[in-house]
Amino acid sequence: MLDQFDNSLDPAFPPVDAVTVFARLSAVLPADGLITRIEGMRVYESDGLAAYRGLPLGVALPRDADQVRAVLRVCFDLGVPVVARGAGTGLSGGALPSPGCILLNLSRMSRIIGIDPEARTARVQPGVRNLAISEAAAPHGLFYAPDPSSQLACSIGGNVAENAGGVHCLKYGLTVHNLQAMDIVMIDGETLTLGSDALDCPGYDLMALMTGSEGLLAVVTEITVRLLPAPTHTQVLLAAFADIRQAGEAVAAIIGAGIIPAGLEMMDKLALRAAEEHTHAGYPIDAAAILLCELDGTDGDVGAELRRVAKVCEDAGATQVRLARDEDERRKFWAGRKGAFPAMGRIAPDYYCIDGTIPRRRLPDVLEEIQRLSLEHGLAVANVFHAGDGNLHPLILYDANIDGQIDKAETLGGAILELCVAMGGAITGEHGVGREKINQMCAQFTSAEIETFFAMKAAFDPAGLLNPGKAIPTLARCAEFGAMHVQGGRTAFAHLDRF
Amino acid sequence: MPISTVSESADQSDRLAQAVRAASADRRPLRIVGGDTKAFYGRAVPGDPLDVTGHRGIVAYEPSELVITARAGTPIVDIERLLADHGQMLAFEPPVLGVASTLGGVVASGLAGPRRPFAGGVRDSVLGVTVLNGKAEALRLGGTVFKNVAGFDGFRLMAGALGTLGVLLDVSIRVAPMAAAEVSRSFDVDWTRAREIITGLMRRPLPLSGAAHDGARLHLRVSGAEGAVAAAAAEIGGDASPETFWRDLKDRRLAPLTAPRLWRLSIPRTAIVDDLPGRWLRDWAGGEIWLESDAAAATIRALATAVGGHATLYRGADPDEAVFTPLSGGLLALHRRLKAAFDPAGVFNPGRMYEGL
Repeated sequence: MLDQFDNSLDPAFPPVDAVTVFARLSAVLPADGLITRIEGMRVYESDGLAAYRGLPLGVALPRDADQVRAVLRVCFDLGVPVVARGAGTGLSGGALPSPGCILLNLSRMSRIIGIDPEARTARVQPGVRNLAISEAAAPHGLFYAPDPSSQLACSIGGNVAENAGGVHCLKYGLTVHNLQAMDIVMIDGETLTLGSDALDCPGYDLMALMTGSEGLLAVVTEITVRLLPAPTHTQVLLAAFADIRQAGEAVAAIIGAGIIPAGLEMMDKLALRAAEEHTHAGYPIDAAAILLCELDGTDGDVGAELRRVAKVCEDAGATQVRLARDEDERRKFWAGRKGAFPAMGRIAPDYYCIDGTIPRRRLPDVLEEIQRLSLEHGLAVANVFHAGDGNLHPLILYDANIDGQIDKAETLGGAILELCVAMGGAITGEHGVGREKINQMCAQFTSAEIETFFAMKAAFDPAGLLNPGKAIPTLARCAEFGAMHVQGGRTAFAHLDRF
Repeated sequence: MPISTVSESADQSDRLAQAVRAASADRRPLRIVGGDTKAFYGRAVPGDPLDVTGHRGIVAYEPSELVITARAGTPIVDIERLLADHGQMLAFEPPVLGVASTLGGVVASGLAGPRRPFAGGVRDSVLGVTVLNGKAEALRLGGTVFKNVAGFDGFRLMAGALGTLGVLLDVSIRVAPMAAAEVSRSFDVDWTRAREIITGLMRRPLPLSGAAHDGARLHLRVSGAEGAVAAAAAEIGGDASPETFWRDLKDRRLAPLTAPRLWRLSIPRTAIVDDLPGRWLRDWAGGEIWLESDAAAATIRALATAVGGHATLYRGADPDEAVFTPLSGGLLALHRRLKAAFDPAGVFNPGRMYEGL
């Protein structure tokens, strides 16, 4: 199979003299701000996608925006690629060091600069942890809405780079919907402020463009996020189904009824059983699928809407509908969902998490097709997902110690992503393309679109030094990848209706 | 199956592509025209009109997906009517300045109504576009699903770009359920007091969907489930207020929004900008000020920029007068490079936003 690490398919840079690079960088960084010894760099050789590893040329640890500017200017002068990194929790290899790069670690810029409760905003440095923002806002009755499952550890700078989502984005939006302003430093050291404290800005919406750009355009050095008033009431309902199709239909029916839950999650049998054994959440283990539906707002409304959701689930054929009795049980229900990934460790040594998005109405078809692909490739798949926004997280179970299983898992994962594209969806809903899904980009976009992405990148970074080989595949890579996937002129998934 | 009203005869993408190819080859500017209801907005474009209104129709609408995809020439009133039939709406409440107003024009202008501070703007609702670039290639950016982080969000750039990056062919927009209940209240308070009231209410989880001051009275609107709206209305008090206020405000029918020379200031909503030189109306919880004034442009822009905002000469600019607040040198240069990435020959609405862009 195609080696994802075949760097000859990615942009190449002329070799540089490491001694010169280190000398120039140490002149602009504090004494402990540059790591060049291999032992010291080991911790940075991968992000949350640990299967992909590589060592950088060096690691820079700036303490403020001036140092970021200085590091970028040195790298720009010397033609050294730069990979920015936040907390390193990303799941797509976006912070994987490129060969010969300087890894720009922003974790030391972790100060909450200020909270303005009247304006409902927080000004933060990029290394601030996602959850730390909500913790700091809580005394004012406010919170920061996007809540990726890594929120305890992940940084807001990384959230901006990935346009991170989470369990509650159906109602509260993604990172891009919750930003007010940002300062960026371009590769040549120029600093720009995008967005403002007003709701719009003159010119193009460059803040939206920066969000989710995976470190390819510029480096973010300060962010103003929007805060929301914390809801007074939150309640969760669990619905069990004997048939996963019915669960999928219930999801579309809830949204179709005009209800926007704060969270709407689904787990299939394999996932809910593993989660139940792992966290004892109280899930019905004989169910084929469960839905968790969270509603928040005022007391009366939450109660009234929950009754409507319960009715919709029963009409869809739910075998059981349960309200969390109290806050303790609500937490338990969610603990099971949040612990679903680690719970996989009980049933398989390794798992590979996929992140495709599909239109909600295709959910039943896609689940059946994933089941078919799972049998075809001989690897079990557990399904856990943000059903409300059609964001799937199929977990492919494998054993890395069995020869060939990693390759099998990658091939199955690729097939699932291409299925998502064929159904009118996308190859990534929230984890980003990074290194991991770079080949599948060729399935989602045409060469004209990919050339446009590179032209947009060149408008910010003409030499292509920022995070090369990530997020946007070279046309050479797509030519190589496409050749592999068009077999005898057949399209994938010819037996399914297209969108 | 999703609702669809497109016909082959109304697919004019080939004709539009040919026109773009020819214009790019000759470096001949195009003035992209939808319903032309916002012709006054932005600087004049000296180019051949490119009419996109024939390229129309609903491509796909599936209410349970909360998304509609339509060709750019589709009248916005048709889209809003279809959505309303299914209990849904465009969350950003676009101003509709005439029945000819098109989806493409709504997205390109990036203008949003009173719900903006509570439900987001055009850029927050757009999920994807198909856009013709200067090489007449139809680029599909984004998609039809809410969560999609593959590729740069070039589709969000189209919101408010005034057609300077390409010709929109179709747009996918996230829609929202209409609230089950909506109530408007008004208060006989001046702006200083109104600002305090709004700031206090916005710190609490209330279903606010409008907060405006017309120079004499504060108007508040709450939308949501029956119980929440009733509770919120009882809590905020005030007098009954006609619901027509919000529609008239959205569609710019209230004074001073009808003035021939009209400024729009966008500022942080908690900023204090008093002593405005003319007649004003404040929307967006204080973040948007409509101002009828004969004061010098520099004076008005300074009022906005002093608090971190900006001012747009929304209507009535002289032909050689700047409309939008000038960008810094670095930002303008970046805008030019980005435009060139889409439109290397510089044919799409040149100068509509800034000279040389």
